[in-house]
Amino acid sequence: MPRLPTPPLPKALLPKPTRPGEENPNGGLTPGKAAAEAGITVVDWLDERTSASGGIRWLLFRKVPRGVNWFYTLGSATMFAFLSQAVTGVILAMYYRPDPSGNGAYASIRYITDDAFLGQFVRAMHKWGASVMIILIFLHLARVFFFGAYKYPRELSWIIGVVLLILTLAMGFTGYLLPFDQRSYWATIVGVNINGTGPFIGPYLSDFLRGGPEFGATTLSRFYAIHMLLIPGAMAALIGAHLYLVTKLGISAPPWLKVEPEPELDRAEV
Amino acid sequence: MPGAFEGETVSRRRFMELATNGAGAVAAAAFILPVVGFAFGPLFSREPFSWQPIGTPSDFPEATYSTKVLTIVQGVGEVGQTIAYVRQRDPAIDTEPEDQYNHWIALSSRCQHLGCPVRYVQAAARFICPCHGGVYDFRGLVAGGPPVKPLDRFYTRLNKATGLVEIGPRYSVNSELRRFSPRDPGQPLDGIGQYLYPARFSTSVLPTT
Repeated sequence: MPRLPTPPLPKALLPKPTRPGEENPNGGLTPGKAAAEAGITVVDWLDERTSASGGIRWLLFRKVPRGVNWFYTLGSATMFAFLSQAVTGVILAMYYRPDPSGNGAYASIRYITDDAFLGQFVRAMHKWGASVMIILIFLHLARVFFFGAYKYPRELSWIIGVVLLILTLAMGFTGYLLPFDQRSYWATIVGVNINGTGPFIGPYLSDFLRGGPEFGATTLSRFYAIHMLLIPGAMAALIGAHLYLVTKLGISAPPWLKVEPEPELDRAEV
Repeated sequence: MPGAFEGETVSRRRFMELATNGAGAVAAAAFILPVVGFAFGPLFSREPFSWQPIGTPSDFPEATYSTKVLTIVQGVGEVGQTIAYVRQRDPAIDTEPEDQYNHWIALSSRCQHLGCPVRYVQAAARFICPCHGGVYDFRGLVAGGPPVKPLDRFYTRLNKATGLVEIGPRYSVNSELRRFSPRDPGQPLDGIGQYLYPARFSTSVLPTT
């Protein structure tokens, strides 16, 4: 692989030639060189056993079409919003109690917001990050739609993306109950009843979401488990599949890019 | 498929494949089926109900509603409570047939649009929902707005031993006040509604009806 020329180093950092007659105690191995050598050894050890470098090169150093622009970063932005939600959510789960009684969920949210060190900040990251993720996922969807990037051979990426959109909205719905204040409670009552208006399966879907005919003791923990275990697991797996397809198929060129004739290909004889 | 030896109907390789896949399927089903059943179990477990005393017959006049707080889910504090508006039955306006369970009319505060709590306004003799503008008349019938059916009701009875009015499980009604097992808000019961939104397995029923 051709390499770029190394930029010139300032004079003070240039390796000094050894004076004639001076001894090299470690065979010329300075501490800096030794540290670099150790790092290379560890990476080599891992790579020899996993061949991970090939996979990482395949993932990161791939060809992109001419004309890609900032709109192409919306997918990565959505993924980083998801990662931010995952990390802040895991930490919030250390303090949150999914208990509907008076001293339970709402009290733990009050503790996170008012007393815990940086709790207000982390909770706000999770709360506002949720809205940011919804906005980014719709912008990403709009980019893919208006650039025509969902067309052959990327239909499956689109389908997985739509499932991810639905799961993201389901995350919003289940997460909305968790602060367990009046707004959360009544919004969830209304949301579950909207689910219930689906003919035939609606009544049973409501019972499944509530864990019974009434909003009861296990409704909150049910929403909590769906919010932090069921859907995030499915989303992580689907994001993996989405990324695999992006890498496998490559990203599409912007629609305004004209196909340039390639005389080499035209001349090629079979 | 011929086997390796005469008379074998399936080859040993094929038999081994089927046996291994079958054993794997059994092992997977052994944990998936109980877990799915566990998650969906509440759909099929019927809620018990009890008769809760709410007052003496003289507590409930005909012309206005008394507000009673009921506990419908035990052990979860305020979340398990709901409100019933109770009055004595007035034969002059209550035209639905009388039986032993409606000497007192007990209306649920649950709006039949999407489940917000309605409030009784005496000056207008109407029930008003704060969320989306549902309005019900004095009998709980829809007077305006988006609700799809009248307010739910509770069975009531007079306990002759104690002389107290008691309140029992909830039921839904259609626009003619015919009784149905409790449906969630947003599910109409007129026309084909009762078939589109069938009764659930989880709601309590009166043993006698």
